[in-house]
Formats: sequence, structure tokens, C-alpha cells
Amino acid sequence: MPSETPTTGPALADPDTARRQPGGSTADEVTGLDALELASTRADSRVADVGRAVWSTTWPKLLAIALVIAAWQVLYLSEWKPPFALPAPMTVFDDIRELVVSPDFPRAIAITAQRALTGFLLAVVIGTLIGAAVARFRPLRAAIGSLITGLQTMPSIIWFPFAILLFQISETAILFVVVIGAAPSIANGLIGGIDYVPPTWLRVGKVLGMRGLSLYRFLILPASLPSFISGLKQGWAFAWRSLMAGELLVIVAGQGSIGSLMQGAREFNNAPRLLSWIIIVLVLGILVDILFNAADNALRRRWGLQQS
Amino acid sequence: MSLLDRGVVGAAGSGDTPGPVRLGGVSKAYGRGRSALLALDRVSLTVEPGEFVCLLGASGCGKSTLLSLVAGLDPASGGTIDLGGHRVSMMFQEPALFPWLTVSRNVEIAMRLRGVGREQRRERAAALLETVRLTGFGRKRPHELSGGMRQRVALARALAQDADLLLMDEPFGALDAMTRDILHDELERIWRERSLTVLFVTHNVREAVRLGDRVILLSSRPGRIIEEFPVEQPRPRRIDSPEVAGLAATITDRLRAEVSRHAQ
Ligand SMILES: Nc1ncnc2c1ncn2[C@@H]1O[C@H](COP(=O)(O)OP(=O)(O)OP(=O)(O)O)[C@@H](O)[C@H]1O
Ligand SMILES: [Mg+2]
Repeated sequence: MPSETPTTGPALADPDTARRQPGGSTADEVTGLDALELASTRADSRVADVGRAVWSTTWPKLLAIALVIAAWQVLYLSEWKPPFALPAPMTVFDDIRELVVSPDFPRAIAITAQRALTGFLLAVVIGTLIGAAVARFRPLRAAIGSLITGLQTMPSIIWFPFAILLFQISETAILFVVVIGAAPSIANGLIGGIDYVPPTWLRVGKVLGMRGLSLYRFLILPASLPSFISGLKQGWAFAWRSLMAGELLVIVAGQGSIGSLMQGAREFNNAPRLLSWIIIVLVLGILVDILFNAADNALRRRWGLQQS
Repeated sequence: MSLLDRGVVGAAGSGDTPGPVRLGGVSKAYGRGRSALLALDRVSLTVEPGEFVCLLGASGCGKSTLLSLVAGLDPASGGTIDLGGHRVSMMFQEPALFPWLTVSRNVEIAMRLRGVGREQRRERAAALLETVRLTGFGRKRPHELSGGMRQRVALARALAQDADLLLMDEPFGALDAMTRDILHDELERIWRERSLTVLFVTHNVREAVRLGDRVILLSSRPGRIIEEFPVEQPRPRRIDSPEVAGLAATITDRLRAEVSRHAQ
């Protein structure tokens, strides 16, 4: 290397470390120090933080649950409503225990989960296709861009009467409303992600020789992933809501879904069972949310968007 | 015409040696009609293959604009740009690495676009990371690196294009003097080894004198070439050497005169 100057020879290994370690004499030593530093910060944080983090996010939740149950118990004891309408917490917990071991329970969860998944996946496919098309073609955006946002803000339950006319009382009617509730959010998530790809990245992509499809494949789609994931999360919320509304309205014969079992409980004035289902639906919602958050956090960590 | 001493140019390795990069009366206006802003005014410039040219000028004089015209990122409003068969790559002011890719995959991206096989990509990326002294950092994510290391990854990514014209827009502007010094040495070595043609934008006068075969001074808006300074000191130069400081002082005076003329 003819152009290396003697003054900078050793420091070439890594200017950043060299700056911190003016005494560092060989390249290997410097790299070694760097590696040590990276490794130690990691080991420290892993072991100690996991326990602390779990506890620090758990106790507020436990406290909140305890407070809600306590308030409920007080309300029950005050006899604000007759016990057949507002049962005691313990009654409901006993009912949950009974419910989860009954054969109806896994069947209902399976039917509802299967409808939710089918509807959501269909919405993902349709929403992604529409989103990509709208983001790509200007006239299409002018034509239906604001329509998508309009659909997104519309309560999807408004579609049921029409869906029942179209598809009768059937799975398809429910599926239709679930998809129409979820797809706009997913499309908008993708459109937003594509629109807000930082211009510098686009310029880098162009200089690197990305054109047309390769620009989408290697730059625009990965860059819009965070926005797409939040679109998915929102889409799921809409799908789940539409599904619950649909199952309460559209009772398909022979299909003991969560919604139809709830309607059954209402007909028998079975308040504990209704509350049991409400709690179960809440828990299911929270579990799915945890999944989405895990995906979101994993992405943020990989991208370095998160302070940790 | 060019003030280049042709003797400086190293012999290019490959058979299809590119010709000079010629800008002929290049202008660029942003906007239209009354609100139009003239960023560049009839800039003519010839850069010989293998030459290292530094562009110097006050903030907002159109340096970045000029580079993006040469890179073909924006259309010129007038004049001609002839790359002389050079293939262009560009390094931006920010590293702008892709956070969804590891360091190695960031470097590989240009090869991926050309359809180079995975094994070969991996090897070339490792070699390039070695060139910028980042051996072993391939599996890291961009956010795990320091600013200087990220700039070096960006340099490796640009080099992976196997282009022969490298445009650099204040690539080391945000770095401390020590790191910048080291990157100057690395850049000079790579330029020499690969017989690159380099167009390097900076507003650091000493940096321009340290690196360039020629320093070109742009006027404040609209950008025009007001003077060219050939740098005759032999390489390797040191940024704090008296020769570099002497020429830098002359250029700084000229630049200061220009900026104050513009301010009035
Ligand atoms: N996209 C744009 N639209 C309108 N005006 C622009 C645009 N880009 C640059 N300009 C204007 O053109 C002029 C030159 O800008 P340019 O970015 O080329 O300056 P520069 O020499 O690179 O400055 P700096 O050293 O601060 O980076 C500036 O006055 C700026 O306001
Ligand atoms: Mg600039």
C-alpha cells in the first residue's frame, strides 16, 4: 500500500476504537477490545433486565385487574341490579371454569378462530393487492384513495343487512363483512408505508440501479414494513370486531360459534355465561395483541428504532 | 480547459477505459416562472478519467444539485452532461444504509441487482468490508455501528457497484477530525488502487486540498465556477502539513471574498 502514511498505520483498523484507545497497538487488539465491549453490554442487560422488565410490566396489570374485580364486587354487594342480571365475580369465575371444560368451548373457539383467520388472511391478500396498486398507479389513487379511508372509518356492522341480502344467513355473509372491515386498514397501512419511504433511500436505490419492480422488491416494500405491520394490527382489530358483530347477528345453523353461544346464553338470561364469554373474548384480544406487538418490537429492534 | 496535469492520472486497468466526464454549460433551475430559483448557472467542467476533483463552495451554492445532475437523479434545465462511458455510483451526505439488511447485505445489494450468485456476493462483500477495514462486522445491523463505521459501509456499498466514477457529497462532513483523517487515507488508497474518477463535494477547504488533484471553487447562488486550483503537492499529503495549509489559506481567502461579495 504505497499511500499509507506511517502516522495512521495502526489506527486504520478502526478509527472509532482507536480514538477511544490511543494506546492500542495492533489491529487485532483493537478489534478484540471492540468485541469485548459489545459483548459485555449485552450480557449485562440480558440477565438482569429480563426479570425486572417482566415484573415491572406485570404488577400494574395485576393491580388493575384486582381493582376492577373489587369494584365489581362492591357494585354487586350494593344490589344496584338484581343478581340474575349482575352476578358476583366469583359466580362468573366458577362459570368460566365450567365453560372451559365443556365440549362446546373448544368447538366455539375453533369455529370463531377459523372464521377470524380466514377473514383476516383474505383481507391481508386483498388489502395488500389494493394498497400496492393504489400506491403504484396515480389515477387509481385519485379514483379510490379517499374511498379506502372512508371505508376504514365506517362501522362495518352497517354492511350486515346488505350482506345478508347478498349471501343469506351464511358463512359468506360473515366473511364478506370481516373482509370489508379489515382490508381498508391493511391497504392504508401499505399505502402510508410506500408514501413515506424516505426520499434519500429512494435516491440511493436509484443510484444503485433499482428500477420498477426491483425498486419495489428491494427498497419500497421492505422500507414500508413498519407501517404495513401497524396496518395489519389495525386490520385485525377491525376483523375481530366485525366478526363478533357478525356472529351475534348472523347465526348460522349448526355452527356453535362464540357469538351464537352468547345469543343462546342471552335467551336463557344466563348472565354469568355472558360475562364469561366477554372475559374470554377480551383475553383472546389481548393475546393476539401481544403477538402483534412482539412482531412489531422484533422489527424495531432489528432496525434500531427502539431505545433499549 | 482542464488544468489537469495528465501525468498524474494512473493507468486504468481494464480495456474499456472511459473518456473524460464533460459538463457543458449545465444549468439547473428549481420551480417555474417567477418563483423559479436558479441553482446552477452554465457550469462547464471536464474531469479526466482517474482524476480526483474537489468541488468547494458556500452552503446552498448548488454542489449537491450538481452531483445529482451528474448521477442522473434530476434532469438538468440546460446544457449537456457526458459521462464519457463512466458508470456512476454515489455516496450521500448521510450513510443512508438500509436498516432491514445486515451490513454485509447492504454491501451486497448492488451485486444482488446485477444477479451475482449468493456465494460470490458474500465473498466480494467480505473483501470490500476488509477494504474499508470493517472485517467481521458483516453480520451487524447498521444501527449497531458508529457514525464513522456507517460511512465506511456506505463507501463499501458504493464500491460494490464496480462503477468507475464515484460521486461523494460531503461524505465525511459529520465526522470528527481524527476519523475523517483516517477515512481520507482509505479513500485515497482505494482511489489509487482502482483508478477511480472521483468528484468530491465538501465545504471544508483543507479536506479539498488534502484529497484533490484539483479544487474547483463555486460562487454563491447561482452556482458558477469562479476559479480552479491545481494541487501540486505530492501524495500522500497530510491535512495539517504547511503546504496543504498554505494553499487552503489562499482558497479560503478567495472563498471569503466571494461569500462577502454575495452577502452585500
Ligand atoms: N428540490 C429542490 N427544490 C427547490 N430548490 C432546491 C431544491 N434542492 C435545492 N434547492 C435550492 O438550490 C440551491 C442549491 O442547493 P444545493 O443543495 O445544491 O446546495 P449545496 O451547495 O449542496 O449546499 P450545502 O453545502 O448546504 O449542502 C439552494 O438554494 C436550494 O435552496
Ligand atoms: Mg449539499
